[in-house]
Amino acid sequence: MAGFLARRLLNYVALIVVATSLAYMLAASALNPRSNYEQRTPPPPPAVVDARLDELNLNDETPLFQRYLRWSWGVLRGDFGRTVAGDEVNADLARRAGVSLRLILVGLFVGSIAGVLVGALAAVWQYGVFDRLTTGASFIVLAVPTVVLANILIIGAVWFNDLVGAQIFLVSGETTPGLEGGLPAQLFDRLRHLVLPTLSLSLGLIAVYSRYQRNLMLDVLGADFVRTARAKGLRRRTALTRHALRTALIPAATYFAFTFGALLTGTTFTEKIFGWHGLGERLIDSIFTNDVNTVAAISCLAAFAVLLAALASDLMQAVLDPRVRMG
Amino acid sequence: MTLPEEQLTEQRSAVAEAGVRVPSRGRVVAGRFFGSGWGRAGFALLAAVFLLAFAGPLVSPWSYTDKDFTAFMAPPSAAHWFGTLQTGADVFAVTMRGMQKSLVVGLLAALVSTALAAVIGAFAGYFLGWTDRMLTWVTDLLLVLPAFLILAVMSPMFAGGQWPLFVFMLALFLWMVTSKVVRGMTVSLKEREFILAARFMGVSPTRIIFRHVIPNLSSLLVVDATLNVSAAILTETSLSYFGFGIQPPDVSLGTLIADGAKTASYAPWTFWFAAGLLIVTVLAVNMIGDALRDALDPGSRRSR
Amino acid sequence: MRDEPVLTVSDLSVTFGMGRGAVHAVRGVSFDVRPGEVLGVVGESGSGKSVSALAVMGLLPPNARVSGSVRLLGTELLGASDKRLADFRGRALSMVFQDPLSALTPVYRVGDQIAEALMVHRRLTRAQAARRAVELLDLVGIPSPEQRAMAFPHEFSGGMRQRAVIAMAIANDPDVIICDEPTTALDVTIQAQVLDVLRKAQHETGAAIVLITHDLGIVAGFVDRVLVMYAGRPVEVGTVDEVYYRSRMPYTLGLLGSVPRLDRGEHGRLVPIVGNPPSPAALPEGCPFSPRCPLVVADCRSAEPPLLPVRHGGHLAACVRAGEIDGGDLPPERIYRAPERAAPRPVHAPREEREVVLGVDGLVKHYPLMRGAVFKRRIGTVRAVDGVTFDLREGETLGLVGESGCGKTTTLMEILRLVRPQAGTVAVLGRDISALASSQRMAIRRDMQVVFQDPMSSLDPRMTVYDILAEPLRTHGRRDLGPRIQELLSLVGLEPRHAARYPQDFSGGQRQRIGIARALALSPRLIVLDEPVSALDVSIQAGVINLLEELKERLGLSYLFVAHDLAVVRHIADRVAVMYLGRIAEVGAVGRVYDSPMHPYTQALLSAVPIPDPEKERARRRILLEGDLPSPASPPSGCRFRTRCPLFKAIGEAERLRCVDEEPRVRPMGGDHGAACHYAESLDVL
Repeated sequence: MAGFLARRLLNYVALIVVATSLAYMLAASALNPRSNYEQRTPPPPPAVVDARLDELNLNDETPLFQRYLRWSWGVLRGDFGRTVAGDEVNADLARRAGVSLRLILVGLFVGSIAGVLVGALAAVWQYGVFDRLTTGASFIVLAVPTVVLANILIIGAVWFNDLVGAQIFLVSGETTPGLEGGLPAQLFDRLRHLVLPTLSLSLGLIAVYSRYQRNLMLDVLGADFVRTARAKGLRRRTALTRHALRTALIPAATYFAFTFGALLTGTTFTEKIFGWHGLGERLIDSIFTNDVNTVAAISCLAAFAVLLAALASDLMQAVLDPRVRMG
Repeated sequence: MTLPEEQLTEQRSAVAEAGVRVPSRGRVVAGRFFGSGWGRAGFALLAAVFLLAFAGPLVSPWSYTDKDFTAFMAPPSAAHWFGTLQTGADVFAVTMRGMQKSLVVGLLAALVSTALAAVIGAFAGYFLGWTDRMLTWVTDLLLVLPAFLILAVMSPMFAGGQWPLFVFMLALFLWMVTSKVVRGMTVSLKEREFILAARFMGVSPTRIIFRHVIPNLSSLLVVDATLNVSAAILTETSLSYFGFGIQPPDVSLGTLIADGAKTASYAPWTFWFAAGLLIVTVLAVNMIGDALRDALDPGSRRSR
Repeated sequence: MRDEPVLTVSDLSVTFGMGRGAVHAVRGVSFDVRPGEVLGVVGESGSGKSVSALAVMGLLPPNARVSGSVRLLGTELLGASDKRLADFRGRALSMVFQDPLSALTPVYRVGDQIAEALMVHRRLTRAQAARRAVELLDLVGIPSPEQRAMAFPHEFSGGMRQRAVIAMAIANDPDVIICDEPTTALDVTIQAQVLDVLRKAQHETGAAIVLITHDLGIVAGFVDRVLVMYAGRPVEVGTVDEVYYRSRMPYTLGLLGSVPRLDRGEHGRLVPIVGNPPSPAALPEGCPFSPRCPLVVADCRSAEPPLLPVRHGGHLAACVRAGEIDGGDLPPERIYRAPERAAPRPVHAPREEREVVLGVDGLVKHYPLMRGAVFKRRIGTVRAVDGVTFDLREGETLGLVGESGCGKTTTLMEILRLVRPQAGTVAVLGRDISALASSQRMAIRRDMQVVFQDPMSSLDPRMTVYDILAEPLRTHGRRDLGPRIQELLSLVGLEPRHAARYPQDFSGGQRQRIGIARALALSPRLIVLDEPVSALDVSIQAGVINLLEELKERLGLSYLFVAHDLAVVRHIADRVAVMYLGRIAEVGAVGRVYDSPMHPYTQALLSAVPIPDPEKERARRRILLEGDLPSPASPPSGCRFRTRCPLFKAIGEAERLRCVDEEPRVRPMGGDHGAACHYAESLDVL
């Protein structure tokens, strides 16, 4: 048991190391931090640029492998280096991680719960109005990329705010800077900022989960054990919720690991478009600013998050399924 | 729940016994596909989208590189069916160009990724052992790598007509989940008796994989290829939206949507035509995928 | 009151789908059951017997249309609301399903699931229900029920799950229990246990039982009255003796004649019923049995004959010629004729002088026992095959029998894989497989072929019959395949035009013939058959068995015939080897082993097989084994069978010591008959 766990963790570490290293190498060879300086007016003297790049370990004239060694030595000590602006990557990302985490957790919570609920109900009322309606809606949502969805939400919110003549939905940032008022006002302000990004993030999730859960549910609806439950005298609805839904939840937990990667990408778009200063926003900015160290650090975090999600979904499965738990 | 599959095959065999010509599998699937509302609608939509994207530019007076210096940001009119952009470019022409790109990129990436998924998954599942461990590790690695970030970082390499490389990289990040499914199904298929029979008569493993394993996963693969088309189009659009995908001077729906979003509130035509056509395209592909799944695997009751 | 029926079903019909595609699965079934009575419903797959049961329970899917009447204790059930039906289900009317593996919800404890059945219908506290659940588990014979109630279904064996389902079914003292193939998924010794439990449950509750099965043997010993179904309709009804000894419907006669009998040793051909059961979607005109009936006359095709009384005592039959059969104008034994032998029985040299085609000596196959889907780890070693020795000589059929988990399939796979075994030797056609060059391996692959159990999954659904038959030929570099494929098809009784079709266009029996043709393609000398007829209906099975026997005689083949059906093995095999927990318990000529089994396990196994003969069944004494097969990961010390052995219980303390300490080897019992028991003695169990 312990041996197995250790092997598995070791494999995870190896995956993270290789993934991060690959990302670093790729970023270091594809991105060109020198161009940041060349575009300045007046351009700084080459010697100054070189010195600055050397200091940041970003000089493209230093062999890639040498830069990699210096970078990985830093990473081993827990230091992801400096951004192009000279700030510490660690501090910068730590500040932003909280923002992203808030967005992801709320989105995930809303998305998975609503998705499972919608899917289960659609399966129970197969071919009914609700089923047709949600199936149609989820098809349309699945055809809308997050970037478009986010923009449509913003356009809709602006239109709505104009219509009622008040700023109901706020479309930029996490809070209103310099807002006066007590805690309730602060919370309300946050909520108004949160609604649209959460929708943008979780609508897709709801659509995916509802389709998946509906199929799982349909698979168990005809299962023998549901028939047994009804044969002992349970009403159809009781048999469905107590026996079918409970069993159909198990594979949904496994599915969670697969959707997590998509969720991370979705967060990136949502943050960028709604102006939340999270990791996703930094990711896109860092590519524009040729920020090699930040790109590598974010890759590392993303890899870590995906593996954490995989582990979480395994654990969830173990909690839900006695066959896994005992076995 | 419908009739057990067994009874349907009995029915089929009874019909065959009676000397009636048994329709081939392809015809049966096509019949089921076009018999469903979703299948017909999806097919019609996609055909319309293709027709529009490839025949539309032929009848339009403007090419996507043309600029009309007499009309900047003009609303739709007889001269400019979808209006014009700030640069004077004809929205219809650039949107059609963008759709062409998206469709071609989507189709090719889906094809490549499904082929990758089939071969890698089948080999991992058939041989197990070290082959499996290695291939699974690579699959996991690609799952762990943030695809969007890698593609974005590589975006400068896609400039200057290097879009086939872009297609390949897109495909490289699309195949993993399908491959895991293929692997799982191969593991169980491997114990199926017709595979055992082939093994015990001395057929070589590679031959078994290509003759028995992959053909028997074709329903899954066809459906997945379809769904990968929409996934590829969506990824391409998102990348291009941020300027990481199709590089100027070429256009894609993503770049158009990005530009249009900024002006959407006062010039809706700059946003909604591109966004709308993108949604319709992906919707059509998804509908086809769904109807195909039903048609190929009537027992699964997957959707609808 | 005693004779008032508890359940009356009249003119029950079930239709799936609409219009032209409509499938009439059940077409007018009527029966009634009195308190304490056992009604057997027999029929082959697709005869509508299970659908009828679900219709009575009101558990059919919504796309089924049901008509007729189902009255339980005077109350009409058809068309009642779900709420009302739910009140009856589990209380007055309960059901035991076929597949115990999927009948219990995997995520709840067994005890809780039984308690749930109690609490739906009675005002009980959780604790009371839990206590009662334990009592019920005890009643159905589950050892240490307090602990087992806390277990999850996956920790139960198949037999124990079925007991739990029975416990659930009798929890509320029902008036009628419907059992749908309750033992089909179980091994024969477990089947005997479960039938025993059912009998006890009926005794306890006084309930009427409707037993649905395809097994004519079970019906003979268990039921009072029988209803034979064909194509969605009852075709013969009567007391079990009437129906078995004085059958008046040609289908019933054919069915009884086509079953291989455990108690009959002569090697005559079986009497198959020609053709296939009709699909409910494409029924023939008139009597649905007419295309297969040897007595068919013009009248049969004009209208479907009604079910009419033929004799006293409520014996009914649906046949226009039932009167002739009954009147003695058509003696039943002359209706079906056994097919003639195509070739005279070949004369073999004495066994010792014939070549050993397959020699297995001390074969061992262990594999790691892994546990956990998330945290996978090795927790032990499954000793699937643990020292198996037998030989198969030219022109001979060796039956390898045993229950699931005994290692017979693993043995077969080890032989077929042709790689060096973990221990022991396997020699095919005189060559040791552990030292083969690849060309020699290919040569053996050509000479040794295999036929699998499931005719659906043994043929690649994406290939035509032509390609399926061509594959072995192409693999071994044959050219000009056309004529050979035609020849193969005619050899197994199929037609040349079948070559262009796909496997799904054939019925089960035909598919199995294609599988046999593929095995014959390379003119092998040895064919390994893995349960080749167990997936087929009785009436089809007989034809395939006859084909196998005929081919063996014509082509001089040797068969290794792996099966769990002892009656089939008795019919087809020359010698038999009985396996238990990875070892051979007894081996010898079929006649010797069946007529005077020496090993207590063989005795129990044979006594557990029901015989389709009511009088014999009533007179037989069953040796019931206790408990389940021990885990092959930790077999008992000494003799593996001692934990369940009736003989072990009977012998003295001192003698037992030997069974615990010393593992018995197969020792000769005269001739080539051998048994692995220290205290083997003969016993007649048939």
